[in-house]
Amino acid sequence: MSEVPVLPNDWQLIVGLEVHVELATKTKMFSASANRFGDEPNTNIDPVTLGLPGALPVLNQHAIELAMRIGLALNCKVQPCTFHRKNYFYPDLPKAYQITQYDHPLNVDGHLMLPGDVRIGIERAHLEEDTGKSTHFGGSSGRIHGSDYSLLDYNRAGVPLVEIVSRPDIRTSEQARQYVAELRSILLAVGASDAKMEEGSMRCDVNVSVHKPGTPFGTRCEIKNVNSIRSVGRAIDYESRRQVDLIESGGTIRQETRHWDDSTGRTETLRTKEDADDYRYFLEPDLVPLVPDPAWIEAVRAALPVLPAARRKALAELCGVDKDGESAIVVVERGQDDYVRAVISAGGDARRAVIYVQQAFAEQGAAPKVPAKDLAALTILERDAKVTSTQAKTLLTDLIESGGGDVVAMANKRGFEALDTAALEAMVDAAIAAEPGAWQKYCDGEEKALGALVGAIMKSSKGKADGKAATALLQARRG
Amino acid sequence: MAEKISQETVIKVSRLARLSLTSNEAEKMTSQLSGMLEHFRDIDALDLADVEPMTRPYPLKNVLREDVVAPSLDRDEVLGQAPAAESGRFRVPPTIGFDV
Repeated sequence: MSEVPVLPNDWQLIVGLEVHVELATKTKMFSASANRFGDEPNTNIDPVTLGLPGALPVLNQHAIELAMRIGLALNCKVQPCTFHRKNYFYPDLPKAYQITQYDHPLNVDGHLMLPGDVRIGIERAHLEEDTGKSTHFGGSSGRIHGSDYSLLDYNRAGVPLVEIVSRPDIRTSEQARQYVAELRSILLAVGASDAKMEEGSMRCDVNVSVHKPGTPFGTRCEIKNVNSIRSVGRAIDYESRRQVDLIESGGTIRQETRHWDDSTGRTETLRTKEDADDYRYFLEPDLVPLVPDPAWIEAVRAALPVLPAARRKALAELCGVDKDGESAIVVVERGQDDYVRAVISAGGDARRAVIYVQQAFAEQGAAPKVPAKDLAALTILERDAKVTSTQAKTLLTDLIESGGGDVVAMANKRGFEALDTAALEAMVDAAIAAEPGAWQKYCDGEEKALGALVGAIMKSSKGKADGKAATALLQARRG
Repeated sequence: MAEKISQETVIKVSRLARLSLTSNEAEKMTSQLSGMLEHFRDIDALDLADVEPMTRPYPLKNVLREDVVAPSLDRDEVLGQAPAAESGRFRVPPTIGFDV
Protein backbone atom coordinates (compact mmCIF):
# COMPACT_ATOMS: atom_id res chain seq x y z
CA MET A 1 0.00 0.00 0.00
CA SER A 2 1.22 3.48 -0.71
CA GLU A 3 0.34 6.82 0.74
CA VAL A 4 -3.14 8.05 -0.14
CA PRO A 5 -3.03 11.82 -0.14
CA VAL A 6 -6.29 12.99 1.35
CA LEU A 7 -7.76 16.13 -0.13
CA PRO A 8 -8.13 19.03 2.34
CA ASN A 9 -11.39 20.45 3.72
CA ASP A 10 -13.63 17.46 2.98
CA TRP A 11 -13.08 17.62 -0.76
CA GLN A 12 -13.85 14.27 -2.32
CA LEU A 13 -12.22 12.84 -5.42
CA ILE A 14 -14.36 11.43 -8.26
CA VAL A 15 -12.61 9.41 -10.96
CA GLY A 16 -13.82 7.56 -14.04
CA LEU A 17 -11.49 5.78 -16.42
CA GLU A 18 -11.61 5.18 -20.16
CA VAL A 19 -9.23 2.38 -21.08
CA HIS A 20 -8.41 1.52 -24.69
CA VAL A 21 -7.03 -1.93 -25.42
CA GLU A 22 -5.77 -3.30 -28.72
CA LEU A 23 -7.15 -6.76 -29.36
CA ALA A 24 -4.87 -9.73 -29.93
CA THR A 25 -6.14 -10.55 -33.42
CA LYS A 26 -4.09 -11.51 -36.45
CA THR A 27 -5.75 -8.89 -38.65
CA LYS A 28 -7.33 -5.47 -38.41
CA MET A 29 -10.88 -4.67 -37.34
CA PHE A 30 -12.32 -4.16 -40.83
CA SER A 31 -9.66 -5.51 -43.21
CA ALA A 32 -7.16 -8.34 -43.61
CA SER A 33 -3.86 -6.47 -43.12
CA ALA A 34 -1.75 -7.82 -40.27
CA ASN A 35 -2.23 -6.43 -36.78
CA ARG A 36 1.39 -6.48 -35.63
CA PHE A 37 3.34 -4.09 -33.41
CA GLY A 38 6.83 -2.97 -34.43
CA ASP A 39 6.76 -3.70 -38.17
CA GLU A 40 8.36 -1.37 -40.72
CA PRO A 41 6.11 1.69 -41.30
CA ASN A 42 3.25 1.26 -43.78
CA THR A 43 3.86 -2.42 -44.45
CA ASN A 44 0.45 -3.48 -43.11
CA ILE A 45 -1.85 -1.36 -45.21
CA ASP A 46 -4.73 -2.03 -47.60
CA PRO A 47 -7.48 -0.07 -49.38
CA VAL A 48 -9.75 -0.06 -46.27
CA THR A 49 -6.95 1.15 -43.99
CA LEU A 50 -6.06 3.92 -46.41
CA GLY A 51 -9.66 4.92 -47.05
CA LEU A 52 -9.30 4.41 -50.80
CA PRO A 53 -12.46 5.05 -52.82
CA GLY A 54 -14.74 2.03 -53.02
CA ALA A 55 -13.07 0.11 -50.21
CA LEU A 56 -15.57 -1.58 -47.89
CA PRO A 57 -15.04 -2.60 -44.26
CA VAL A 58 -15.95 -6.14 -43.10
CA LEU A 59 -16.04 -7.07 -39.40
CA ASN A 60 -13.37 -9.40 -38.01
CA GLN A 61 -15.20 -12.25 -36.29
CA HIS A 62 -12.34 -12.97 -33.90
CA ALA A 63 -12.21 -9.30 -32.80
CA ILE A 64 -15.89 -9.52 -31.91
CA GLU A 65 -15.33 -12.70 -29.97
CA LEU A 66 -12.45 -11.13 -28.01
CA ALA A 67 -14.61 -8.07 -27.29
CA MET A 68 -17.35 -10.38 -26.03
CA ARG A 69 -14.86 -12.14 -23.76
CA ILE A 70 -13.96 -8.74 -22.27
CA GLY A 71 -17.62 -7.85 -21.81
CA LEU A 72 -18.52 -11.17 -20.20
CA ALA A 73 -15.45 -11.13 -17.94
CA LEU A 74 -16.58 -7.67 -16.78
CA ASN A 75 -20.10 -8.94 -16.06
CA CYS A 76 -21.58 -6.89 -18.92
CA LYS A 77 -24.73 -7.56 -20.87
CA VAL A 78 -23.76 -8.46 -24.46
CA GLN A 79 -26.33 -7.00 -26.80
CA PRO A 80 -27.20 -6.34 -30.46
CA CYS A 81 -25.17 -3.36 -31.62
CA THR A 82 -24.38 -1.02 -34.50
CA PHE A 83 -21.40 0.97 -35.76
CA HIS A 84 -21.16 4.73 -36.29
CA ARG A 85 -18.83 7.12 -38.03
CA LYS A 86 -17.13 9.64 -35.77
CA ASN A 87 -16.14 12.41 -38.16
CA TYR A 88 -13.03 14.49 -37.69
CA PHE A 89 -10.26 15.83 -39.88
CA TYR A 90 -6.95 14.59 -38.70
CA PRO A 91 -4.46 12.61 -40.75
CA ASP A 92 -4.15 9.72 -38.29
CA LEU A 93 -7.20 8.24 -40.02
CA PRO A 94 -7.18 8.88 -43.76
CA LYS A 95 -10.93 8.24 -44.11
CA ALA A 96 -11.61 11.42 -42.07
CA TYR A 97 -13.68 9.38 -39.64
CA GLN A 98 -13.21 6.64 -37.09
CA ILE A 99 -15.61 3.70 -37.09
CA THR A 100 -16.81 3.24 -33.52
CA GLN A 101 -19.91 2.27 -31.56
CA TYR A 102 -22.17 5.02 -30.32
CA ASP A 103 -25.66 4.57 -28.94
CA HIS A 104 -25.76 0.77 -29.20
CA PRO A 105 -22.41 -0.65 -27.99
CA LEU A 106 -21.69 -4.39 -27.79
CA ASN A 107 -21.20 -4.59 -24.00
CA VAL A 108 -23.07 -2.57 -21.36
CA ASP A 109 -23.73 -2.42 -17.61
CA GLY A 110 -20.96 -4.49 -16.08
CA HIS A 111 -18.74 -4.21 -13.03
CA LEU A 112 -15.33 -5.09 -11.70
CA MET A 113 -14.44 -5.84 -8.06
CA LEU A 114 -11.43 -4.30 -6.31
CA PRO A 115 -9.72 -5.51 -3.12
CA GLY A 116 -11.94 -4.95 -0.10
CA ASP A 117 -15.01 -5.79 -2.22
CA VAL A 118 -15.17 -2.30 -3.76
CA ARG A 119 -17.42 -2.48 -6.81
CA ILE A 120 -16.62 -0.29 -9.83
CA GLY A 121 -19.36 -0.05 -12.45
CA ILE A 122 -18.57 -0.55 -16.13
CA GLU A 123 -20.79 1.63 -18.28
CA ARG A 124 -19.81 0.08 -21.60
CA ALA A 125 -17.06 -1.74 -23.48
CA HIS A 126 -17.39 -0.99 -27.17
CA LEU A 127 -15.54 -1.86 -30.38
CA GLU A 128 -13.71 0.65 -32.54
CA GLU A 129 -10.59 1.02 -34.67
CA ASP A 130 -7.22 2.41 -33.65
CA THR A 131 -5.63 5.37 -35.44
CA GLY A 132 -2.35 5.57 -37.32
CA LYS A 133 0.79 6.86 -35.68
CA SER A 134 1.81 10.48 -36.32
CA THR A 135 5.28 11.80 -35.61
CA HIS A 136 5.64 15.57 -35.58
CA PHE A 137 8.79 17.24 -36.85
CA GLY A 138 10.18 20.72 -36.51
CA GLY A 139 9.04 23.32 -33.99
CA SER A 140 10.53 23.30 -30.54
CA SER A 141 8.61 20.75 -28.52
CA GLY A 142 8.26 17.77 -30.84
CA ARG A 143 4.55 18.04 -30.09
CA ILE A 144 1.97 19.07 -32.59
CA HIS A 145 1.76 22.77 -31.84
CA GLY A 146 4.37 24.63 -33.82
CA SER A 147 5.51 21.61 -35.79
CA ASP A 148 6.51 22.01 -39.44
CA TYR A 149 5.21 18.71 -40.75
CA SER A 150 4.15 15.24 -39.65
CA LEU A 151 4.94 11.73 -40.87
CA LEU A 152 2.23 9.08 -40.86
CA ASP A 153 2.49 5.33 -40.41
CA TYR A 154 -0.83 3.54 -40.94
CA ASN A 155 0.16 0.10 -39.64
CA ARG A 156 -1.85 0.77 -36.48
CA ALA A 157 -4.77 2.40 -38.30
CA GLY A 158 -7.71 0.01 -38.19
CA VAL A 159 -6.29 -2.23 -35.45
CA PRO A 160 -9.21 -3.54 -33.36
CA LEU A 161 -9.75 -1.65 -30.12
CA VAL A 162 -12.12 -2.05 -27.23
CA GLU A 163 -12.79 1.05 -25.15
CA ILE A 164 -13.81 0.19 -21.60
CA VAL A 165 -15.61 3.04 -19.85
CA SER A 166 -15.99 2.86 -16.08
CA ARG A 167 -18.66 4.66 -14.12
CA PRO A 168 -17.34 7.50 -11.94
CA ASP A 169 -17.19 5.11 -8.97
CA ILE A 170 -13.49 5.47 -8.13
CA ARG A 171 -12.74 7.56 -5.01
CA THR A 172 -8.98 7.33 -4.47
CA SER A 173 -5.90 7.22 -6.67
CA GLU A 174 -5.06 3.86 -5.07
CA GLN A 175 -8.41 2.47 -6.27
CA ALA A 176 -7.69 3.82 -9.75
CA ARG A 177 -4.37 1.98 -9.79
CA GLN A 178 -6.03 -1.19 -8.53
CA TYR A 179 -8.71 -0.85 -11.21
CA VAL A 180 -6.17 -0.60 -14.02
CA ALA A 181 -4.11 -3.47 -12.59
CA GLU A 182 -7.17 -5.70 -12.18
CA LEU A 183 -8.49 -4.84 -15.63
CA ARG A 184 -5.08 -5.66 -17.07
CA SER A 185 -4.97 -9.07 -15.41
CA ILE A 186 -8.48 -9.84 -16.66
CA LEU A 187 -7.53 -8.86 -20.23
CA LEU A 188 -4.45 -11.08 -20.06
CA ALA A 189 -6.38 -13.96 -18.48
CA VAL A 190 -9.04 -14.01 -21.22
CA GLY A 191 -6.40 -13.59 -23.95
CA ALA A 192 -8.06 -10.48 -25.35
CA SER A 193 -4.95 -8.31 -25.46
CA ASP A 194 -1.29 -8.32 -24.51
CA ALA A 195 -2.18 -5.15 -22.54
CA LYS A 196 1.31 -3.62 -22.66
CA MET A 197 1.00 -0.06 -21.43
CA GLU A 198 4.61 0.68 -22.46
CA GLU A 199 3.85 -0.31 -26.06
CA GLY A 200 0.47 1.43 -26.10
CA SER A 201 -1.65 -1.68 -26.48
CA MET A 202 -3.39 -0.55 -23.26
CA ARG A 203 -3.97 3.19 -22.75
CA CYS A 204 -5.77 5.12 -20.03
CA ASP A 205 -7.67 8.39 -20.14
CA VAL A 206 -8.53 9.57 -16.66
CA ASN A 207 -11.56 11.74 -15.86
CA VAL A 208 -11.04 13.65 -12.64
CA SER A 209 -13.38 15.94 -10.73
CA VAL A 210 -13.80 16.98 -7.11
CA HIS A 211 -16.84 17.85 -5.00
CA LYS A 212 -18.02 18.15 -1.41
CA PRO A 213 -20.15 15.26 -0.15
CA GLY A 214 -23.83 15.94 -0.70
CA THR A 215 -23.23 18.31 -3.62
CA PRO A 216 -23.19 17.50 -7.35
CA PHE A 217 -19.94 16.31 -8.96
CA GLY A 218 -17.71 19.17 -10.10
CA THR A 219 -16.66 19.91 -13.68
CA ARG A 220 -14.36 17.17 -14.87
CA CYS A 221 -11.09 17.27 -16.74
CA GLU A 222 -9.90 14.45 -18.94
CA ILE A 223 -6.22 13.57 -18.63
CA LYS A 224 -4.47 11.90 -21.54
CA ASN A 225 -1.01 10.37 -21.98
CA VAL A 226 -1.11 8.39 -18.75
CA ASN A 227 1.06 5.46 -19.76
CA SER A 228 1.72 3.38 -16.65
CA ILE A 229 -0.18 2.23 -13.60
CA ARG A 230 2.07 4.39 -11.44
CA SER A 231 1.32 7.45 -13.60
CA VAL A 232 -2.41 6.85 -13.17
CA GLY A 233 -2.02 7.43 -9.45
CA ARG A 234 0.38 10.36 -9.78
CA ALA A 235 -1.75 12.12 -12.40
CA ILE A 236 -4.88 11.81 -10.27
CA ASP A 237 -3.10 13.06 -7.13
CA TYR A 238 -1.72 16.06 -9.01
CA GLU A 239 -4.91 16.91 -10.89
CA SER A 240 -7.26 16.64 -7.90
CA ARG A 241 -4.99 18.93 -5.87
CA ARG A 242 -4.85 21.39 -8.76
CA GLN A 243 -8.64 21.50 -8.95
CA VAL A 244 -9.10 21.95 -5.20
CA ASP A 245 -6.45 24.69 -5.06
CA LEU A 246 -8.05 26.47 -8.01
CA ILE A 247 -11.56 26.33 -6.52
CA GLU A 248 -10.39 27.39 -3.06
CA SER A 249 -8.55 30.37 -4.51
CA GLY A 250 -11.78 31.53 -6.15
CA GLY A 251 -11.29 30.05 -9.61
CA THR A 252 -13.53 27.73 -11.60
CA ILE A 253 -12.70 24.48 -13.36
CA ARG A 254 -13.06 24.55 -17.13
CA GLN A 255 -14.06 21.33 -18.83
CA GLU A 256 -10.96 20.49 -20.82
CA THR A 257 -8.57 17.83 -21.97
CA ARG A 258 -5.23 17.92 -20.18
CA HIS A 259 -1.91 16.29 -20.99
CA TRP A 260 0.00 14.41 -18.27
CA ASP A 261 3.75 15.03 -18.35
CA ASP A 262 5.43 12.19 -16.50
CA SER A 263 8.77 14.01 -16.24
CA THR A 264 7.40 17.17 -14.61
CA GLY A 265 4.61 15.37 -12.74
CA ARG A 266 2.06 17.95 -13.92
CA THR A 267 -0.97 18.18 -16.18
CA GLU A 268 -1.31 20.94 -18.79
CA THR A 269 -4.21 22.16 -20.91
CA LEU A 270 -4.33 20.40 -24.26
CA ARG A 271 -7.63 21.75 -25.53
CA THR A 272 -10.78 23.13 -24.03
CA LYS A 273 -14.10 21.49 -24.68
CA GLU A 274 -15.46 24.82 -25.92
CA ASP A 275 -13.89 23.83 -29.21
CA ALA A 276 -16.92 21.55 -29.21
CA ASP A 277 -16.11 17.96 -30.01
CA ASP A 278 -18.79 17.96 -32.67
CA TYR A 279 -18.13 14.63 -34.35
CA ARG A 280 -21.43 14.45 -36.26
CA TYR A 281 -21.90 10.77 -35.48
CA PHE A 282 -24.05 8.88 -37.93
CA LEU A 283 -24.65 5.18 -38.62
CA GLU A 284 -21.87 3.60 -40.68
CA PRO A 285 -23.69 2.83 -43.93
CA ASP A 286 -21.08 0.25 -44.98
CA LEU A 287 -21.68 -2.06 -42.00
CA VAL A 288 -24.80 -3.98 -41.02
CA PRO A 289 -25.89 -4.55 -37.41
CA LEU A 290 -24.08 -7.08 -35.28
CA VAL A 291 -26.53 -9.33 -33.43
CA PRO A 292 -24.65 -11.99 -31.45
CA ASP A 293 -27.10 -14.84 -30.97
CA PRO A 294 -27.50 -16.28 -27.48
CA ALA A 295 -25.80 -19.55 -28.40
CA TRP A 296 -22.66 -17.68 -29.50
CA ILE A 297 -22.65 -15.56 -26.33
CA GLU A 298 -23.07 -18.65 -24.15
CA ALA A 299 -20.30 -20.50 -25.99
CA VAL A 300 -17.93 -17.59 -25.39
CA ARG A 301 -18.99 -17.40 -21.74
CA ALA A 302 -18.50 -21.15 -21.26
CA ALA A 303 -15.00 -20.97 -22.74
CA LEU A 304 -13.86 -18.17 -20.39
CA PRO A 305 -11.05 -19.22 -18.07
CA VAL A 306 -11.35 -18.87 -14.31
CA LEU A 307 -10.76 -15.15 -13.72
CA PRO A 308 -7.93 -13.74 -11.57
CA ALA A 309 -10.16 -12.74 -8.63
CA ALA A 310 -11.57 -16.27 -8.32
CA ARG A 311 -8.11 -17.78 -8.74
CA ARG A 312 -6.65 -15.54 -6.01
CA LYS A 313 -9.47 -16.49 -3.67
CA ALA A 314 -8.99 -20.22 -4.31
CA LEU A 315 -5.22 -19.99 -3.92
CA ALA A 316 -5.52 -17.91 -0.74
CA GLU A 317 -7.90 -20.43 0.82
CA LEU A 318 -5.64 -23.31 -0.15
CA CYS A 319 -2.49 -21.70 1.22
CA GLY A 320 -3.79 -19.76 4.18
CA VAL A 321 -2.78 -16.34 2.84
CA ASP A 322 -4.77 -13.12 2.26
CA LYS A 323 -6.65 -13.11 -1.09
CA ASP A 324 -5.79 -9.42 -1.55
CA GLY A 325 -2.24 -9.91 -0.32
CA GLU A 326 0.99 -9.72 -2.30
CA SER A 327 1.66 -13.45 -2.69
CA ALA A 328 -1.82 -14.30 -4.04
CA ILE A 329 -1.77 -11.30 -6.42
CA VAL A 330 1.74 -11.89 -7.74
CA VAL A 331 1.48 -15.67 -8.14
CA VAL A 332 -1.87 -15.46 -9.97
CA GLU A 333 -0.63 -12.61 -12.15
CA ARG A 334 2.29 -14.79 -13.26
CA GLY A 335 -0.06 -17.70 -13.83
CA GLN A 336 1.85 -19.83 -11.31
CA ASP A 337 -1.13 -20.82 -9.16
CA ASP A 338 -1.47 -24.19 -10.91
CA TYR A 339 2.19 -24.82 -10.21
CA VAL A 340 1.72 -23.99 -6.51
CA ARG A 341 -1.20 -26.42 -6.53
CA ALA A 342 1.05 -29.10 -8.03
CA VAL A 343 3.65 -28.48 -5.31
CA ILE A 344 0.97 -28.97 -2.68
CA SER A 345 -0.33 -32.11 -4.41
CA ALA A 346 3.24 -33.45 -4.31
CA GLY A 347 3.08 -33.18 -0.53
CA GLY A 348 4.49 -29.65 -0.15
CA ASP A 349 3.70 -27.22 2.65
CA ALA A 350 1.01 -24.91 1.20
CA ARG A 351 1.98 -21.62 2.78
CA ARG A 352 5.70 -22.07 2.14
CA ALA A 353 4.97 -23.15 -1.44
CA VAL A 354 3.10 -19.96 -2.36
CA ILE A 355 5.66 -17.74 -0.64
CA TYR A 356 8.68 -19.50 -2.22
CA VAL A 357 7.09 -19.14 -5.65
CA GLN A 358 6.22 -15.49 -5.06
CA GLN A 359 9.70 -14.62 -3.83
CA ALA A 360 11.94 -16.68 -6.09
CA PHE A 361 10.03 -17.53 -9.28
CA ALA A 362 9.67 -14.08 -10.86
CA GLU A 363 11.62 -15.20 -13.93
CA GLN A 364 10.06 -18.65 -14.19
CA GLY A 365 6.80 -17.96 -16.04
CA ALA A 366 3.65 -20.04 -15.73
CA ALA A 367 5.51 -23.36 -16.04
CA PRO A 368 8.61 -23.26 -13.80
CA LYS A 369 11.40 -25.68 -14.70
CA VAL A 370 11.83 -26.85 -11.11
CA PRO A 371 9.74 -30.05 -10.75
CA ALA A 372 6.88 -29.55 -8.29
CA LYS A 373 8.01 -32.54 -6.23
CA ASP A 374 11.47 -30.99 -5.66
CA LEU A 375 10.03 -27.71 -4.40
CA ALA A 376 7.60 -29.75 -2.28
CA ALA A 377 10.53 -31.61 -0.74
CA LEU A 378 12.26 -28.33 0.10
CA THR A 379 9.17 -26.92 1.86
CA ILE A 380 9.03 -30.10 3.94
CA LEU A 381 12.73 -29.92 4.86
CA GLU A 382 12.16 -26.41 6.17
CA ARG A 383 8.84 -27.21 7.84
CA ASP A 384 10.43 -30.16 9.67
CA ALA A 385 13.35 -27.94 10.69
CA LYS A 386 15.84 -30.12 8.83
CA VAL A 387 17.19 -26.89 7.38
CA THR A 388 16.92 -23.31 8.60
CA SER A 389 15.00 -20.70 6.64
CA THR A 390 18.31 -19.15 5.53
CA GLN A 391 19.51 -22.52 4.30
CA ALA A 392 16.18 -23.12 2.59
CA LYS A 393 16.65 -19.89 0.63
CA THR A 394 20.10 -21.03 -0.48
CA LEU A 395 18.71 -24.41 -1.54
CA LEU A 396 15.89 -22.65 -3.40
CA THR A 397 18.47 -20.71 -5.42
CA ASP A 398 20.36 -23.99 -6.05
CA LEU A 399 17.13 -25.64 -7.20
CA ILE A 400 16.33 -22.84 -9.64
CA GLU A 401 19.87 -22.77 -11.03
CA SER A 402 20.01 -26.52 -11.52
CA GLY A 403 16.40 -26.72 -12.77
CA GLY A 404 15.55 -29.33 -10.16
CA GLY A 405 17.10 -32.20 -8.26
CA ASP A 406 17.18 -34.04 -4.96
CA VAL A 407 17.08 -31.29 -2.31
CA VAL A 408 18.27 -33.63 0.45
CA ALA A 409 21.38 -34.40 -1.60
CA MET A 410 21.81 -30.67 -2.25
CA ALA A 411 21.53 -29.97 1.47
CA ASN A 412 24.15 -32.65 2.19
CA LYS A 413 26.47 -31.29 -0.44
CA ARG A 414 26.34 -27.87 1.19
CA GLY A 415 26.97 -29.46 4.56
CA PHE A 416 23.51 -28.54 5.79
CA GLU A 417 23.00 -32.15 6.94
CA ALA A 418 25.24 -31.38 9.94
CA LEU A 419 22.59 -29.14 11.30
CA ASP A 420 20.09 -31.68 12.38
CA THR A 421 19.24 -31.54 16.04
CA ALA A 422 21.93 -34.00 17.11
CA ALA A 423 24.67 -31.96 15.43
CA LEU A 424 23.35 -28.77 16.95
CA GLU A 425 23.28 -30.43 20.38
CA ALA A 426 26.94 -31.29 19.94
CA MET A 427 27.74 -27.70 19.04
CA VAL A 428 25.88 -26.49 22.10
CA ASP A 429 27.96 -28.84 24.25
CA ALA A 430 31.12 -27.52 22.62
CA ALA A 431 30.07 -23.89 23.11
CA ILE A 432 29.34 -24.46 26.81
CA ALA A 433 32.73 -26.12 27.19
CA ALA A 434 34.48 -23.30 25.33
CA GLU A 435 32.70 -20.46 27.16
CA PRO A 436 32.27 -21.69 30.74
CA GLY A 437 32.14 -18.13 32.12
CA ALA A 438 29.37 -17.09 29.77
CA TRP A 439 27.45 -20.28 30.49
CA GLN A 440 27.67 -19.63 34.25
CA LYS A 441 26.46 -16.06 33.84
CA TYR A 442 23.63 -17.20 31.62
CA CYS A 443 22.61 -19.84 34.16
CA ASP A 444 22.67 -17.09 36.81
CA GLY A 445 20.06 -15.23 34.77
CA GLU A 446 22.21 -12.83 32.83
CA GLU A 447 20.46 -12.98 29.45
CA LYS A 448 23.13 -10.90 27.74
CA ALA A 449 25.57 -13.77 28.18
CA LEU A 450 23.52 -15.76 25.68
CA GLY A 451 25.12 -13.74 22.87
CA ALA A 452 28.59 -15.18 23.46
CA LEU A 453 27.24 -18.74 23.48
CA VAL A 454 25.19 -18.38 20.32
CA GLY A 455 28.12 -16.57 18.75
CA ALA A 456 30.36 -19.55 19.46
CA ILE A 457 27.82 -21.90 17.89
CA MET A 458 27.50 -19.74 14.80
CA LYS A 459 31.27 -19.61 14.53
CA SER A 460 31.80 -23.36 14.79
CA SER A 461 28.98 -23.97 12.28
CA LYS A 462 30.43 -21.38 9.92
CA GLY A 463 27.18 -19.44 10.09
CA LYS A 464 25.01 -22.34 9.08
CA ALA A 465 23.35 -22.90 12.43
CA ASP A 466 19.85 -21.59 13.07
CA GLY A 467 20.27 -18.96 15.78
CA LYS A 468 16.72 -19.47 17.01
CA ALA A 469 17.14 -23.22 17.33
CA ALA A 470 20.46 -22.78 19.14
CA THR A 471 18.87 -20.30 21.57
CA ALA A 472 16.02 -22.72 22.21
CA LEU A 473 18.46 -25.54 22.99
CA LEU A 474 20.48 -23.35 25.37
CA GLN A 475 17.30 -22.27 27.13
CA ALA A 476 16.26 -25.90 27.47
CA ARG A 477 19.64 -26.82 28.93
CA ARG A 478 19.42 -24.04 31.51
CA GLY A 479 16.02 -25.39 32.45
CA MET B 1 -42.93 19.00 -38.72
CA ALA B 2 -39.49 19.78 -40.07
CA GLU B 3 -38.26 23.27 -39.40
CA LYS B 4 -36.45 25.16 -42.02
CA ILE B 5 -32.74 25.11 -41.44
CA SER B 6 -31.16 28.35 -40.24
CA GLN B 7 -28.28 30.03 -41.98
CA GLU B 8 -26.39 29.79 -38.69
CA THR B 9 -26.64 25.98 -38.78
CA VAL B 10 -25.51 25.89 -42.39
CA ILE B 11 -22.44 27.95 -41.54
CA LYS B 12 -21.66 25.74 -38.54
CA VAL B 13 -21.96 22.55 -40.60
CA SER B 14 -19.83 23.98 -43.39
CA ARG B 15 -17.16 24.91 -40.87
CA LEU B 16 -17.17 21.37 -39.43
CA ALA B 17 -16.83 20.00 -42.96
CA ARG B 18 -13.97 22.44 -43.65
CA LEU B 19 -15.98 24.14 -46.42
CA SER B 20 -15.49 27.81 -46.87
CA LEU B 21 -18.75 29.40 -48.07
CA THR B 22 -19.19 33.00 -49.20
CA SER B 23 -22.23 34.72 -47.74
CA ASN B 24 -24.00 34.36 -51.09
CA GLU B 25 -23.26 30.63 -51.09
CA ALA B 26 -24.40 30.26 -47.50
CA GLU B 27 -27.66 31.93 -48.37
CA LYS B 28 -28.14 29.73 -51.41
CA MET B 29 -27.31 26.56 -49.46
CA THR B 30 -29.70 27.53 -46.71
CA SER B 31 -32.59 27.84 -49.11
CA GLN B 32 -31.67 24.64 -50.99
CA LEU B 33 -31.29 22.59 -47.81
CA SER B 34 -34.56 23.98 -46.52
CA GLY B 35 -36.19 22.82 -49.75
CA MET B 36 -34.84 19.30 -49.19
CA LEU B 37 -36.09 19.26 -45.64
CA GLU B 38 -39.53 20.20 -46.93
CA HIS B 39 -39.77 16.72 -48.42
CA PHE B 40 -39.78 15.24 -44.93
CA ARG B 41 -43.09 16.97 -44.20
CA ASP B 42 -44.78 14.07 -45.98
CA ILE B 43 -43.25 11.61 -43.54
CA ASP B 44 -43.93 13.85 -40.56
CA ALA B 45 -47.58 13.87 -41.53
CA LEU B 46 -47.89 10.10 -40.95
CA ASP B 47 -48.56 8.38 -37.65
CA LEU B 48 -45.42 6.24 -37.27
CA ALA B 49 -45.55 5.55 -33.54
CA ASP B 50 -45.56 1.78 -34.10
CA VAL B 51 -42.94 1.71 -36.86
CA GLU B 52 -39.35 0.82 -36.05
CA PRO B 53 -36.93 3.39 -37.49
CA MET B 54 -35.32 1.88 -40.59
CA THR B 55 -31.61 2.50 -40.82
CA ARG B 56 -30.81 0.32 -43.82
CA PRO B 57 -32.68 -0.88 -46.88
CA TYR B 58 -31.46 -4.48 -46.64
CA PRO B 59 -32.29 -7.01 -43.91
CA LEU B 60 -28.72 -8.17 -43.30
CA LYS B 61 -26.90 -8.74 -40.03
CA ASN B 62 -23.64 -10.35 -38.83
CA VAL B 63 -21.59 -10.02 -41.98
CA LEU B 64 -18.26 -11.28 -40.70
CA ARG B 65 -14.91 -12.45 -42.00
CA GLU B 66 -12.33 -14.90 -40.66
CA ASP B 67 -9.26 -13.47 -38.94
CA VAL B 68 -6.84 -14.43 -41.74
CA VAL B 69 -4.03 -12.16 -42.93
CA ALA B 70 -3.89 -11.08 -46.58
CA PRO B 71 -0.81 -9.42 -48.10
CA SER B 72 -0.34 -5.69 -47.62
CA LEU B 73 -0.34 -3.25 -50.50
CA ASP B 74 3.14 -2.46 -51.77
CA ARG B 75 4.44 0.43 -49.73
CA ASP B 76 6.52 2.06 -52.45
CA GLU B 77 3.67 1.88 -54.92
CA VAL B 78 1.29 3.46 -52.41
CA LEU B 79 3.69 6.16 -51.26
CA GLY B 80 4.52 6.88 -54.90
CA GLN B 81 0.96 8.13 -55.31
CA ALA B 82 1.01 10.29 -52.18
CA PRO B 83 1.68 14.05 -52.53
CA ALA B 84 4.72 13.66 -50.27
CA ALA B 85 6.50 10.83 -48.47
CA GLU B 86 9.58 10.44 -46.30
CA SER B 87 11.23 7.46 -44.53
CA GLY B 88 8.51 5.05 -45.60
CA ARG B 89 5.81 7.32 -44.27
CA PHE B 90 3.28 9.79 -45.60
CA ARG B 91 4.39 13.38 -45.12
CA VAL B 92 1.57 15.80 -44.30
CA PRO B 93 1.38 19.51 -43.46
CA PRO B 94 1.17 20.50 -39.80
CA THR B 95 -2.29 19.98 -38.38
CA ILE B 96 -3.98 22.21 -35.86
CA GLY B 97 -6.74 21.54 -33.43
CA PHE B 98 -6.34 17.96 -32.32
CA ASP B 99 -3.61 16.16 -30.51
CA VAL B 100 -4.45 12.55 -29.87
